[in-house]
Amino acid sequence: MSRISQRFSDLREQGKTALIPFITAGDPTPGITVGLMHDMVSAGANLIELGVPFSDPMADGPVIQRASERALEHHVSLHDVLQIVKTFRERDQNTPVILMGYLNPIEVMGYATFAGSASVAGVDGVLIVDIPPEEGEDLLQSLRDKAIDQIYLLAPTSTPDRIGRICNAASGFVYYVSVKGVTGSSQLDTTAVAEKLEQIREKTALPVGVGFGIKDAATAAAVSRLADAVVVGSALVSRVEALQETPDEIGPALAEILSGMRRAMDAVH
Amino acid sequence: MATTAEKIIGTQPDDRGHFGVYGGLFVAETLMEPLKDLRLAYEKYMQDPEFLKELDEDLANYVGRPSPIYFAQRWSRELGGARIYLKREDLNHTGAHKVNNTIGQALLAKRMGKTRIIAETGAGQHGVATATVAARLGLECVVYMGAVDIVRQEANVYRMRLLGAEVRSVESGSKTLKDALNEAMRDWVTNIDNTFYIIGTVAGPHPYPAMVRDFQTVIGREAREQIRQQAGRLPDALVACVGGGSNAIGLFYPFLDDTGVGIYGVEAAGDGLETGHHAAPLCAGQPGVLHGNRTYLMEDKDGQIIETHSISAGLDYPGVGPEHAWLKDTGRAQYVAITDEEALGAFHALTKIEGIIPALESSHALAYAAKLAPTMESDKIILVNLSGRGDKDMHTVAAREGIEI
Repeated sequence: MSRISQRFSDLREQGKTALIPFITAGDPTPGITVGLMHDMVSAGANLIELGVPFSDPMADGPVIQRASERALEHHVSLHDVLQIVKTFRERDQNTPVILMGYLNPIEVMGYATFAGSASVAGVDGVLIVDIPPEEGEDLLQSLRDKAIDQIYLLAPTSTPDRIGRICNAASGFVYYVSVKGVTGSSQLDTTAVAEKLEQIREKTALPVGVGFGIKDAATAAAVSRLADAVVVGSALVSRVEALQETPDEIGPALAEILSGMRRAMDAVH
Repeated sequence: MATTAEKIIGTQPDDRGHFGVYGGLFVAETLMEPLKDLRLAYEKYMQDPEFLKELDEDLANYVGRPSPIYFAQRWSRELGGARIYLKREDLNHTGAHKVNNTIGQALLAKRMGKTRIIAETGAGQHGVATATVAARLGLECVVYMGAVDIVRQEANVYRMRLLGAEVRSVESGSKTLKDALNEAMRDWVTNIDNTFYIIGTVAGPHPYPAMVRDFQTVIGREAREQIRQQAGRLPDALVACVGGGSNAIGLFYPFLDDTGVGIYGVEAAGDGLETGHHAAPLCAGQPGVLHGNRTYLMEDKDGQIIETHSISAGLDYPGVGPEHAWLKDTGRAQYVAITDEEALGAFHALTKIEGIIPALESSHALAYAAKLAPTMESDKIILVNLSGRGDKDMHTVAAREGIEI
């Protein structure tokens, strides 16, 4: 069983919803990221999504765009991100790590080389925003060869047909994008999310995470009633941005947000 | 000319938008269904006699087509060698080839029931052409434009605003065309229900590269007929500038099966290919994935897209249409590059010798034709796509030469 599946199965036994924070690797500086990952786990994170910086993040709103720009000022590459995961693994062998980003840096590294290096570094899953299953056969094979889960996005515009096809290619969990829009955009509508999740669960037994629009403990709690995982990104990254001049305060600030979400989510169950 | 070569026209792309290994559909999940809806509408209406009739009438009566071809006799004589003909897309309404495509896509938008149009623009020509058709059809229009381009193309910004469009300045990344495209995509993903995204070039996810090509091939279809009538035969060489590559594919496509016709796409070499300050992915880049398709890109060793440089905003783009990538690899077309200096030289030459002020983009094609012509016999024919007029570039050229206007 993969580290991701194991984690979801353990949480299910405990009657808990997974909390998955997202930060961009190397934001605001490369040296800080491993420490932030440990801080987030201590505050109640169950899996970690680590953003791979890209020059043209088309699916991201301004908050995460600027995070990529800050990391790229330090030339944080895909190699560097893998090194960050490797260092994280020295102290944490249990928390699954998912890389989230865009295809081109992986394309340049080569699919097989990437899958090999990611596996050695201790990466458990990969979520690439701009590769639908139709274009992803080769990459999927390379990842499967190394037992890395490929996490796919599902959207409000996904038809039942597409949901079925995507869930067949996915492993680990699937990630429902709760709003039409970019990361960090408008408020999510929990009734609409609930309806869509029902459609998704008809097609797959995989755990379903929900993200794009989780702003605070209240929305995290509301979504945790419906989903197997709550993904929070822009709300954390905007704190990183606000505290970039005082980096020592970033870890405690992220921990405060996450432990608040954790408490609210656990109170629901 | 007898030929045993296999036909190219009609073979690309495949049903999922691939031109060989290039093209395709590399977008976030939210856009997959809207792109499918667009593809179905495009396939349906390109077979619909009523749609095609309306398109033809608009191209004739609103754009002013057919645009003529013109034998640049004095310039050809001065260069010594092949005879140069110009396809006068600069005479179109709004001053460039861009309107051929925006008319087509706007008619499609209307039939799909969309009430809001968005577009990206670099030099502003596509933005103006989009704002123009949106005004005519009474559609809301938002144009995304890099903050850098807004400064260097301020006349076009004003034109768009006069036409009723909202021009939104893009401050992210390199603040040029690629960032405007990112921002337009973000708008589209947020406003899918009522919004039609008019992409201005033969790039982006399927069906855009094929659809924009199909709307632009009117250039080559007309030119092929016209050159036969005026010169009595097909040309020996076609030359067009390539940023994203829509004017070039529009001219080239109807000639792809004419194996005797050489095809040259001209990229922007900026300060020179050796300096790294250029916008020539086909000449000096490598394949990758950006803006929804696989194609040649300007990128660093980590796969980050790098900043481009060209004196002409319309060529300042780090990618290129996937069909050009495919034509390069198959060898059917050659891709070359022209520096800022060389383009300016051709800009002045055509202005002084023929009384035609070309766009800086088109000046790249003219500069290459000026290199090619003297290497060819005087009975040979070069057909250049004069894709736009230079009125918008007065400030850029004057500033470059230290003149204030």
